[in-house]
Amino acid sequence: MKEARIIKVAGPLVVAEGCLGAKMYDMVRVSQDRLIGEIIELKRDLASIQVYEETAGIGPNDPVYLTGEPLSCELGPGLIGSVYDGIQRPLDILRLKYGDFVVKGINLPALDRQKTWYFKPKVSRNELVEEGDILGEVEETALVTHRVLVPLGIKGRVLEIYEGEFKIDDTVAKIESEGKVLEINMSRKWPVRKGRPVKERLSPNEPLVTGQRVIDTLFPIAKGGSGCIPGPFGSGKTVFLHEVAKWSNADIIVYCACGERGNEVADLLLTLPELKDPSTGRPLLERTVVIANTSNMPVAAREASVYTAITIAEYFRDMGYAVALMADSTSRWAEALREISGRLQEMPGEEGYPAYLSTRIAQFYERAGKVVCLGKEKRLGSLTVMGAVSPPGGDLSCPVVQATLRVVKVFWSLDDRLASARHFPAINWLLSYSLYHQNLKEFIKKHISEEFLSLKKELMRILEEEAELLEIARLVGIESLSLQERLLLETAKSIREDFLHQNAFHPIDTYSSLRKQYLMLKSLLMLHKVASQLLDKGFSLKEVLELPIREKIFRLKYIPEDRLEEFKDLEEELEKLL
Amino acid sequence: MREYLTISHISGPLVIVEKVSEVKYAELVEVEFLDGRIRRGSVLEVDKDKALVQIYEGTSGLDIPASKVRFLGRTQTLGLSREIIGRVFDGQGNPRDGGPQIIPELRLDIHGFPINPQARDYPCEFIQTGISAIDGMNPLVRGQKLPLFSGAGLPHARITAQIVRQARVLGSQEGFAVVLGAMGITFEEADFFISDFNRTGAIEKLVAFINLADEPAIERISIPRLALTCAEYLAFNLEMHVLVILIDMSLYCESLREVSSARKEIPGRRGYPGYMYTDLATIYERAGRIKGKAGSITLIPVLSMPEDDKTHPIPDLTGYITEGQIMVSRELHRKGIYPPIDVLPSLSRLKDKGIGIGKTRQDHADLLNQLYACYAKGKEARELAIILGEAALSDLDRIYLEFSERFEQEFVNQAENEERSIQQTLDIGWNLLRMIPRRELKRISEEFIKKYLKEADR
Repeated sequence: MKEARIIKVAGPLVVAEGCLGAKMYDMVRVSQDRLIGEIIELKRDLASIQVYEETAGIGPNDPVYLTGEPLSCELGPGLIGSVYDGIQRPLDILRLKYGDFVVKGINLPALDRQKTWYFKPKVSRNELVEEGDILGEVEETALVTHRVLVPLGIKGRVLEIYEGEFKIDDTVAKIESEGKVLEINMSRKWPVRKGRPVKERLSPNEPLVTGQRVIDTLFPIAKGGSGCIPGPFGSGKTVFLHEVAKWSNADIIVYCACGERGNEVADLLLTLPELKDPSTGRPLLERTVVIANTSNMPVAAREASVYTAITIAEYFRDMGYAVALMADSTSRWAEALREISGRLQEMPGEEGYPAYLSTRIAQFYERAGKVVCLGKEKRLGSLTVMGAVSPPGGDLSCPVVQATLRVVKVFWSLDDRLASARHFPAINWLLSYSLYHQNLKEFIKKHISEEFLSLKKELMRILEEEAELLEIARLVGIESLSLQERLLLETAKSIREDFLHQNAFHPIDTYSSLRKQYLMLKSLLMLHKVASQLLDKGFSLKEVLELPIREKIFRLKYIPEDRLEEFKDLEEELEKLL
Repeated sequence: MREYLTISHISGPLVIVEKVSEVKYAELVEVEFLDGRIRRGSVLEVDKDKALVQIYEGTSGLDIPASKVRFLGRTQTLGLSREIIGRVFDGQGNPRDGGPQIIPELRLDIHGFPINPQARDYPCEFIQTGISAIDGMNPLVRGQKLPLFSGAGLPHARITAQIVRQARVLGSQEGFAVVLGAMGITFEEADFFISDFNRTGAIEKLVAFINLADEPAIERISIPRLALTCAEYLAFNLEMHVLVILIDMSLYCESLREVSSARKEIPGRRGYPGYMYTDLATIYERAGRIKGKAGSITLIPVLSMPEDDKTHPIPDLTGYITEGQIMVSRELHRKGIYPPIDVLPSLSRLKDKGIGIGKTRQDHADLLNQLYACYAKGKEARELAIILGEAALSDLDRIYLEFSERFEQEFVNQAENEERSIQQTLDIGWNLLRMIPRRELKRISEEFIKKYLKEADR
């Protein structure tokens, strides 16, 4: 380590001299307290350092220790179920050792060094392996098999491989690579700002089923896709991301609470162990990693938290899993960028954000994707990224929203008016979009029904027509509409209240499978067709609206997943009406 | 102690001191004026041998050649002991009630430390405020931070005082200790609070930190931190339940802007500094509960929205941090309704785990949703009636219109000293629902309709 000294302190930004030889984004330790920091600007021998902890009590002449290494994540068995802060310090251990408040100058390894894991080899001695091949497996939790891969840059013959209980730093295999014998253990390190390499990138073509009807039916996201959810406060961004974290059919969930409320994190940590995975009955926490850097925790660590999260997510993707990352909220991350940039006295771009804001956002979302992982067996993995955006006053022209919309393929627009009428999820169906409909067509045809595709179109048509008709009704009164048009308004209302509206707190309604969504939609639209034909036959609107079967249709959402055959009876009943 | 005579620049509340050594960031500073007065401040930035110091009580009367600056080698702390209960302090933590100085048992850094998210206990105990618009529609729970969004000329002070008087947790004997942080309010307002608390006996459990409108604005920056440090001591050291009132956060933010502009920082929206979100979060997030500790901090910040605009940066950023908001409405105030709380844009994010069986009553959640839906429809009908005339309304619309009027008059409206139990509040709600056709009550389960709609009939 070289001798470097602080000359300036301004909030989370520290400038040190005597840093010749330091590299950009190297990690450093600041002052006797050894606070963690990262170099973000170099000027001759001066280095600007963003410090990930509170800097009160630090001043000129305090030492700075260069480590020569970039800010990195520790990766290996033990990640699942952990709760980390923005720079991957385990918050549960922090609490055990240092009490209920996050004090500063703490240096803790991210993974437990003492815990042993049962390592089961997947290759045998003398086998030839290359980077990305599966060396062996560890049952990390009942839901996740942790695949230990051959580290990057290694290609050669397995000399030794052991089975049994090991700590993560113990040698589990010896590989001869380029004439050297390398000892391989189960822990890896990776610099957070650099994407992990893959063999090939593919176009996403499978849906990430979230169980939320408005998403899966109208604005689906693909495994390996990216989406954003902007909205003003109180519109339900966090509840929405929580729901997706709980119910989506990804193998691994990485949830990054970036600059948000502490109580929301507490809520997530409280409910995840209680919620059970539908197929195995195990707690959902056993497939989840949480990164929690709440709004009152240091701002620079908030900037790093999204990178920590996405690096962990990529690590699991490389094992061949479908990983979903939720970042709540990317606006807070952008604000952290702005704060640091301001302290560096950089020339600001729009609204004080640095000019490189959109590049950073694009780089972040580009780390999503469906990929062929490294390794001989060509495993498929995917990383889906969903980010909440909190624009000031709900104004979508904010630079963070605009920069995000340029890169993501799905836009879920949250609507304040829907939220205050307690319509949740408050996703505006006229403004939102998904560019994955095409990609997912084949999947829907194969696994659900081709009819679902045309039903979706019909649904959108009704909703759009409703908006037009309401406009007319507002101008000239509802009497000016024809009977068929008024029926359409009723159907649209029922679609909104009985299909799009979903109660996250109701045990059955909180999740709908794709099949149930299809059946619900089918019945709803069938009712519309039947009603419309009855009108043509001369029935009055009142008679049609008071059909007793409508009551049943209103309660479709409460049909449990294991009694989907009830839809069949309903369809028959509807057919009889004609 | 290091003392310097090297002030080189004074601008607004900021002072630059040169040729200093061993100065630390955020260190506490004492400035001695020519006439012997002593003012305090803290280091905002230190660059080689130059320190930028913010003086808390303002810089009027400060001169360059003769004023002395001392660096105290520690950050700003607050001395605490059991004796602080019942006392009134200023923005420096000095008594302003004429009483003696506190002999501290311990001193805590006023900036505190963030609560480890893993240590947080989820707030779930219902607080009965006796105000139907809050208890019935947007219930408050222990450990929540729920701001009052108000405007100039609205009775937010009276509502706050009523909450302080009436707040209690059902089935629990212990009341709340109250910490009041008053920033830039007028003498009359401060007097209203103190005398109201005096009259009702709340003063015995009150600690107040007060900075009046004519006192240095810069002092307001410390007030919320002093109040919350005191609250943390009461809640987590003495295991009390603490209700913290911060009034008026808008004036706090303005002081923040003043410092920021004096530092010539690049401004964010409307001239407020870009780090205001982080700054407010370090205040609001100090509310909460901690696993294994009996005490709790419930925070009610009050802010006046400039021009009643909730997209203004102050309410906007606050709303992004706090767990909901209570909206005080000018429209209802003009109609003569007290408390003029508009329930539709109000929200309590933590209500779901704080209501129901064993907490309030099993029908609470359903009833609340139904009242929301009906009131929203009634307001829609009212708008329609304004545009097209009442004749254009359908029969159902007319029912809803009448419902919304009655809802405001009977449910929201109550007397300033009226303390309604949660049962009374819910029963008023059921009574109102009787006018709505039964088939329209889509959000309430059949079971509750049978049980409670009948009861209301009696």
